[in-house]
Amino acid sequence: MSILVNKDTKVIVQGFTGKEGTFHAEQCLAYGTNIVGGVTPNKGGQEHLGKPVFNTVKDAVDTTGATVSMIFVPPAFVADAVMEAADAGIELAVIITEGAPVRDMMYAKQYAVKNNMKTIGPNCPGVITAEECKIGIMPGMIFKKGNVGLISKSGTLTYEGANQVCNEGFGITTAVGIGGDPIIGLSYKQLLPMFEADPETEAIVMIGEIGGDLEIQAAKLIKEQITKPVVAFIAGQTAPKGKRMGHAGAIISGSAGTAKEKMDALEAAGVKVVVSPAEIGKAVAEVLGKK
Amino acid sequence: MNIHEYQAKQIFAKYGVPTPKGKIAHSVEEAVKNAEELGGPIWVVKAQIHAGGRGLGGGVKLAKSIDEVRALADEILGMTLVTHQTGPEGKLVQKVYIEDGADIKDELYLSVVLDRAAEMPIIMASTEGGMDIETVAEKTPEKIIKVAIDPSIGFQGFHGRELVFGLGITDKAEQGKMIKFAQKLYTLYMENDAEMIEINPLIKTGSGDFMALDGKMGFDDSALGRHPDIEAMRDISEEDADEREAAQYGLSYIALDGEIGCMVNGAGLAMGTMDTINYMGGTPANFLDVGGSANAETVAKGFEIILKNPQVKAIFVNIFGGIVRCDRIANGILEATKITDVNVPVIVRLDGTNAPEAAEILKNANIDNIIVGTDLGDGAAKAVAAAKGEL
Repeated sequence: MSILVNKDTKVIVQGFTGKEGTFHAEQCLAYGTNIVGGVTPNKGGQEHLGKPVFNTVKDAVDTTGATVSMIFVPPAFVADAVMEAADAGIELAVIITEGAPVRDMMYAKQYAVKNNMKTIGPNCPGVITAEECKIGIMPGMIFKKGNVGLISKSGTLTYEGANQVCNEGFGITTAVGIGGDPIIGLSYKQLLPMFEADPETEAIVMIGEIGGDLEIQAAKLIKEQITKPVVAFIAGQTAPKGKRMGHAGAIISGSAGTAKEKMDALEAAGVKVVVSPAEIGKAVAEVLGKK
Repeated sequence: MNIHEYQAKQIFAKYGVPTPKGKIAHSVEEAVKNAEELGGPIWVVKAQIHAGGRGLGGGVKLAKSIDEVRALADEILGMTLVTHQTGPEGKLVQKVYIEDGADIKDELYLSVVLDRAAEMPIIMASTEGGMDIETVAEKTPEKIIKVAIDPSIGFQGFHGRELVFGLGITDKAEQGKMIKFAQKLYTLYMENDAEMIEINPLIKTGSGDFMALDGKMGFDDSALGRHPDIEAMRDISEEDADEREAAQYGLSYIALDGEIGCMVNGAGLAMGTMDTINYMGGTPANFLDVGGSANAETVAKGFEIILKNPQVKAIFVNIFGGIVRCDRIANGILEATKITDVNVPVIVRLDGTNAPEAAEILKNANIDNIIVGTDLGDGAAKAVAAAKGEL
């Protein structure tokens, strides 16, 4: 078991024949992801990486029965691609592209929600169910199969966390990089209950950062609904006030959204909060008992 | 990207949001000429820098004669203005805005920002204009009115009514004017991909008209490509030179005041690295995210920028190679040390794809000041020790 995706999930790639799309689709195929085709307008009927190319998402879905789309189109076309996927009945869109305008995402997210399509990202490493299905740009080899679910705003911290968990002798069920943009798809609030319901997941690692209040909402939800042990790290304890640290979302204004505030809320909800990401693996070993 | 008050007011004017008449000046002579053209009898001389709190810092002053305009422009142009938002080093004033004095009866606050939780723009308003809004939010949150606008329906009548009744505006003509004001502001927020608009104060004049006496605007950097007119308003003299240089190489750099230079891939891991250094008793000298495509050139540039800071006593390179192979980054670091003279200990932690090969490359290079860290904790500990001269 796992959440969101597994070895049977049929995946298409929007922006399939572009440089990024090609490179990462190839990596995903090598990992074992069931990519059944891709979409590039005006290249319908061609074959790419041994898979069929379609002009529209609708054509791709009709022909292949795909339920998930991995989106690599350039930033200015992200909203259009997301809405096309939603319109075609895709169930989950994983948006890797960085730099999509916020206004575009406002509309795209609303349309996705209206059509019951889940989204992950934008500006994220994607989602991976260890040793089954990788939809994104993460290095597959560090994700060994196991019993820990992982949710992270940051890409490289996802790898760091997963690597430590595996080095301690544990492994990952599913890891989701949710991205750090102002408007994102699935977040802790939706993903934590999925991990709670997944029989294989025995502990959850959540990695957050300064800015916004998603982690505060997560703390509230954990207190009320989550019985599995949660380990958390919040990046940006040493970030200067008012400065932007790469992610558009990581802005502190006033007291709202500071690392301290989030760490306190999570701790009060019974979460094991670590002050350095170097402690994530050890903390997981602690809550699960040494292997 | 942020713009100046006078530029924000140009955009306001384009959308029919009322502002006092004003003109920008780069010299005392120009300031005097502007004042004469505006006619008076009262003018306000306003320093143009990208920071709030200009009035309290002495950058906004009232003039009752042309001579006073001349004296004030002379005083303000070239001054280093220190406000609570500039940091102690302050900012050099290179432009002054000469504006008609306004007949102020009441001061309000109005802003449009993205409400991340609601995922839509929100109009925030308060009767407590002219004050620090964060203090108002903290001490008297009930005095802040919030109206979220769903972009799929846009600004409707009921949004306007929530706003004016919330502000306690009872005069019907004034209600209409305020609703129009807010509606235009929402439109210009959406059409220009603004990230934030703040008007503090928004004034009511003696004749019951509303006017933007101040204006701050910030824009979504990801959307600037479709707004060349706004991109043209960029004032690079307001941006940190090192941060700008780094950006040209795809690096995201922010200077801090510690001793350990950091070079990391990914914003989250970069912040996490700073946190770890701090936790282990050291102080980070900077945030530096080399992004997803670190190579010899960007790594060399990173070293160069970090080493411009004379306080740096050690550098911690922390890369978790995903798609990027660690052996390539190791070679990049060796190349970089040839391009840039690196005269402090460099602790290198490379993990992920081809990490063992990378460690081998660094070891075989046999460079005295390159020290391998085995993981994040080990690397950070060694960096902290090196900065203290204990390694």
